[in-house]
Amino acid sequence: MAGIPHDHYEPRTGGEKWLNRRLPILGLAYDTLMLPTPKNLNWMWIWGIVLTLTLVMQIATGVILAMHYVADTDVAFSRIEHIMRNVNGGDMIRYVHMNGASLFFFAVYLHIFRSLYYGSYKAPREVTWIIGILMFVLMMGTAFMGYVLPWGQMSFHGTAVITGLFGAIPFVGEAVQTWLLGAGAVGEPALNRFFALHYMLPFILLGMTLVHIWAFHTTGNNNPTGVEVRRTSKQDADKDTLPFWPYFVIKDFLALVVIFIGFFAVVAFMPNYLGHPDNYIPANPLVTPAHIVPEWYFLPFYAILRAFTADVWVVMLVDWVTFGIVDAKFFGVIAMFGAIAVMALAPWLDTSSIRSGRYRPMFKWWFALLVVDFIVLMWVGARPAEGIYPYISLIGAAYWFGYFLLVLPILGVIEKPLTPPATIEEDFAAHYSPKTGGTTTVVNPAE
Amino acid sequence: MIKTLTLTAAVALGLGGAAMAEPEREIEDFDFSFEGIFGSYDTLQLQRGLKIYTEICSGCHGLEYVAFRTLASENGPALPEEQMREYAARIEVFDPDLFDGEGDFRPATPADTYPGSLVANAPDLSVMAKARAGFEGPYGTGLNQLWYGMGGPEYIASLISGYEEAPACAPEDFPGYYNTAFAAGGYPQSCIDEDGEYLVVGSWIAMAPPLYDEAVEFDDESENDVEAMSADVAAFLMWAAEPGLNTRKTAGLQGVIFLSVLAVLLYLTNKRLWARHKHTKE
Repeated sequence: MAGIPHDHYEPRTGGEKWLNRRLPILGLAYDTLMLPTPKNLNWMWIWGIVLTLTLVMQIATGVILAMHYVADTDVAFSRIEHIMRNVNGGDMIRYVHMNGASLFFFAVYLHIFRSLYYGSYKAPREVTWIIGILMFVLMMGTAFMGYVLPWGQMSFHGTAVITGLFGAIPFVGEAVQTWLLGAGAVGEPALNRFFALHYMLPFILLGMTLVHIWAFHTTGNNNPTGVEVRRTSKQDADKDTLPFWPYFVIKDFLALVVIFIGFFAVVAFMPNYLGHPDNYIPANPLVTPAHIVPEWYFLPFYAILRAFTADVWVVMLVDWVTFGIVDAKFFGVIAMFGAIAVMALAPWLDTSSIRSGRYRPMFKWWFALLVVDFIVLMWVGARPAEGIYPYISLIGAAYWFGYFLLVLPILGVIEKPLTPPATIEEDFAAHYSPKTGGTTTVVNPAE
Repeated sequence: MIKTLTLTAAVALGLGGAAMAEPEREIEDFDFSFEGIFGSYDTLQLQRGLKIYTEICSGCHGLEYVAFRTLASENGPALPEEQMREYAARIEVFDPDLFDGEGDFRPATPADTYPGSLVANAPDLSVMAKARAGFEGPYGTGLNQLWYGMGGPEYIASLISGYEEAPACAPEDFPGYYNTAFAAGGYPQSCIDEDGEYLVVGSWIAMAPPLYDEAVEFDDESENDVEAMSADVAAFLMWAAEPGLNTRKTAGLQGVIFLSVLAVLLYLTNKRLWARHKHTKE
């Protein structure tokens, strides 16, 4: 691994030397595990491990579920009940898989907001960030297709709505929608291909995880100060870092176990809380549920999708300028995908010379507002599109775009940042000064 | 079909006009033995519920995913093996292999499941207790389900005991039966005011009141008014929907305790590991 100077693997025994000449896999494992890691990482740097292990857990439970599931519209619903009732431990395996999706998104949102606060997306980590956003999109696709498989009411009508989004594309929309569904309507071909893709995409996600890790192992981790590890010599680097094993492995395991206590409690005591009761009703094309509500983790983006109705002046303007090609429905679709795309552009939209939000007094408030905005959008996404709710969605969506397109570029110019510590060693010493016996002297509410 | 789908999408996008609001409903918070972290099914209550289902509900509603053998489960109604076999044998199921592949009815064996619904508009009850939520608030966040539970069995019990005299605003020949817990049924225009507000809670359901006081007699002379029997049959349907609840909660408790111990050990390991670098006293 390039970058931070550190020890490299030396094969010692005859067997190791023999293997190393043929396949340097032990060296790769050594360099990965002994990666010099900034020693001041706080507890927001645990979500990557949580996500990796959640992915492994989802694949493990998913493979077992696939052994008992049948993707056929006539029996899909009853196969789920077969898993719940007749497969040994089937109900636990399914509930772990079901709630695992929620854990996945819970962790990914914290992971993303951590990167946004500490400026982890900034140079030289843009590629890590963009791969991350692509993984997030892939995760959303995988989760959505998984939700279709039980073939309940929400599965069916949710599919109709989401594939209907592609139907909003001008000129080719209907053809694209038909192509996606493999038919003119949601049915057997859609269920089969969603099952195939739901099985395949996680493995692509696993591959992308490796690339994601490779990318930030090349640049080194960011850290709460945003100050880079000194690379001037190995002695300097050693003062800023500790090897990943054992320091961060044990720390991450501790965090993981604490999170799994909560996760296991949800699975065992309220496994259906995060789901929707309507999905325990077999799919019926003739009866549309009163409210089609996506899973909680899609709600912020669903709210943005619904925010831009035909009576918003921006929408009217765009409609008029494009001679009606971009109508309100298509505008909403663009907004939803744009809300994710605009995150990918953050490295170039953020003009601040300081990386970490900890030393940016104005940025802190705008960031806090973004977090509130995200939660408000999540709430309003579950409300019916009537009364005051569309206005709240609109304000929320406007701020989401405003944060990335206006706040980030402007703040970097007008804000007077504080001076970050010169080195990571200095920051670490300030937290764990020998004089205070290791008590925290710097109180930071963001941690 | 494409037109229907586009319309669905349009409604969901909020472009096809606001969805029709629903009337209010009243869901009572019943106190069930299987609630909470330590909750488990009350065997005698499940047996009473089974009796009510068998004598009354099964006339129209099916339980197509529930196998007779599970009635003997110690985490369910726990019928003695012999009794379960006799019970199954009294119910006729359709076997497509009989009569040279044309199919015929025969007495059920423990491996069979209950028949499906006999009446077209009576839904199957196998997972009904999970297919309905009783509580949604505050402001539609569903947060109160954290304290009350999802409320599926509460919904069922409230519905069965929620029949009342039709309010005066409704025409006398309005079809269905007025029920305060059911919001998805028919609703007379005369009970909606000019602002579109619903004047009475609930709506008109097609199902006639299934229970009356003392409709079912229990051997142990348990209470058999409508309220008590509603709770019993709702508990039975919760078990039918979630037969693994007892074992799931036990496993969950063990898992949480095990992980908590592991967390303490890892906390101490981590503290000791880092002590050298944080200059803390060992």
